[in-house]
Amino acid sequence: MFKVKYFEIIRTTAVILIALAIAFLIISLVSDHPVKTIGIFLLEPLNSKAHIGNVIEMAIPLMFTGLAVSLLFRANMFNLGAEGIFYFSGVVTSVLAIHLTLSGSLHPVVAILAGSIVGALLSAIPGILKAKWNANELVTSLMFNNILFGIGLYLLNYHLRDAKAFANVSYKFEKTAQLSKIFQGTRIHTGLIIVLVLIVAAHLFLYKTKWGYELRMTGVNREFARYSGMKTAKVIILVHLIAGFIAGMGGSVEVLGMYNRFQWTSLPGYGLDGALVAMLAKNNPLSVIASALFLAYIRIGADLMARLSDVPSEMISIIQAVIILLISAEQFLKFWKNRMLLKEAKNA
Amino acid sequence: MNSLLNVIFTTDFAFSLLRVTTPILFAALGALISNRAGIINIGMEGIMLVSALAGVIVSASTQSAWVGLLGAVLSGTLIAGILAFFTLKFKTHIILGGVAINMFASGGTVFILYLLSGDKGSSTSLASKVLPSVDIPLLKDIPVLGPILSGHHILTYLSILAVFVVYYLLNRTPLGLRIRSVGENPHAAQSVGVSVVKIQYTALLLSGFFASLGGAYMSMGYLSLFTRDMIAGRGWIAIAAESMGRSTTVGTALTSLLFGAADALSNALQVLKIPAELIATLPYVATVIGLIIYAVSETRKKNRKLKAPLTK
Repeated sequence: MFKVKYFEIIRTTAVILIALAIAFLIISLVSDHPVKTIGIFLLEPLNSKAHIGNVIEMAIPLMFTGLAVSLLFRANMFNLGAEGIFYFSGVVTSVLAIHLTLSGSLHPVVAILAGSIVGALLSAIPGILKAKWNANELVTSLMFNNILFGIGLYLLNYHLRDAKAFANVSYKFEKTAQLSKIFQGTRIHTGLIIVLVLIVAAHLFLYKTKWGYELRMTGVNREFARYSGMKTAKVIILVHLIAGFIAGMGGSVEVLGMYNRFQWTSLPGYGLDGALVAMLAKNNPLSVIASALFLAYIRIGADLMARLSDVPSEMISIIQAVIILLISAEQFLKFWKNRMLLKEAKNA
Repeated sequence: MNSLLNVIFTTDFAFSLLRVTTPILFAALGALISNRAGIINIGMEGIMLVSALAGVIVSASTQSAWVGLLGAVLSGTLIAGILAFFTLKFKTHIILGGVAINMFASGGTVFILYLLSGDKGSSTSLASKVLPSVDIPLLKDIPVLGPILSGHHILTYLSILAVFVVYYLLNRTPLGLRIRSVGENPHAAQSVGVSVVKIQYTALLLSGFFASLGGAYMSMGYLSLFTRDMIAGRGWIAIAAESMGRSTTVGTALTSLLFGAADALSNALQVLKIPAELIATLPYVATVIGLIIYAVSETRKKNRKLKAPLTK
């Protein structure tokens, strides 16, 4: 007998199963060897140490942005600005990684903190506009994504670009700036530890502190929170600062952990993926870990599938769209929940 | 500065201004209709991308540009329909729905393109058709005006016509009245017997319709083929234009033209060595500033009302 309290878990599972079913359907329509291709998609990411490493490497930036977006969504702020901040903080960190000379361990710390602080400050702008003048944070954050991308690309093309390199990339980072790898045979870097610590800290902040409580209350009902004496404007600005800090740190960690030059000539998309991660996690910091790993898993699966079979990896964006549409659909399977509620009421 | 003026005050620039404004204008009108019905459709970018690809595929397979246009419009409207179905029936959050549509489009179009042409970059191997440009008799012989206004793509003229159609639709028809009333106060509209969901369906479908005309223009006019991510932010600029035009038809059309000018300038200003990356951000910067000014003045108005002494 299913209980109503498990409904959300059941629903999330149902959404994931439907999405996978659609993936199989697309594969069987497109591929000449559907069974083999599905096998690659599902199992190849676990097939070697390097592939498992790939999944975790991919999950790191998703955890950062997923956590940032979770906090914003939790405060009922529809801000999708993590995308632009992730990119721009990456640029800022790259500048410091190229031009700064510092001894070993201090270099990445300074570069990452600078990126994070810039991210926090940039994120505060839509926050302040929302808190003080009720300007729509969604529109401003979306506009900021494009503005930050334009400025970042300008910095790359005009100030960081290595003319001797064959592609549109920056100068090489100083060796001292790069994050060290923590597992032999993979590219998993110290960013994993940073993000896990952040997630635990965010969990404690959200559920064990007064600020966290105010954040959650503001998210549930801003008017109510205000009338019960909370300074909601402050809460809104605070959550923007924190989310910007986390998203900015994500961008910084990603460039120093995975690359030796800055090379994003378009927005990398992790900010919007963060919205998907946050939704799968139901805006719950600890659940961000699992949902980022899941998303990373099917992405690496799709990448490997594209390499080893005849189905292009872009299939995954169709699957992601299906997941978003269904997971945020309040009414999806609602009838079932209602039936369960009725049954429980009768039994009581 | 002089050279800048030399760039702007040419018939070529005025001509290209209309050329680059067309897709923005179509999509902005679409955004306007859905916004007036109280739903922010941020899936414009995705709808345009899908319809751009559909136009190429259908016109290549039927060898008719007009059937291609029909295919583009139908598929773009269908995408808007899917978005409407999920947001209105399943109560998916409209913003997240829009994010999903954009995500689907950016990958899905490449996926389909690859399956059909074996190429992930562009549709060069598909022999797609282009809609014609039109020389307007008499007008084309007038100096200055002729070279600016005549000889445009047929959809460019249609986009200008669409401004009047949308204005008429929103302000002079029963449907327009319902759209506006649903957007302003859905409960009030419901109470007088307007079906809110039906009106919002209609508005979303219309927004998809206009956005897909913009998408079709991109691959069957602006360029003669489909390339990966070819909408390149025009859907977002359209949303910005609608937002800065304060959800009025005239305002939206004028800001679309303004943002079109920023786009045309970014092509022209490369001659003057002003980085195109920075010029490309102008529409967004302008929108943020516009939003701030509006939000501040609204707040002041509200505060004044609160502080005013109660009479009566």
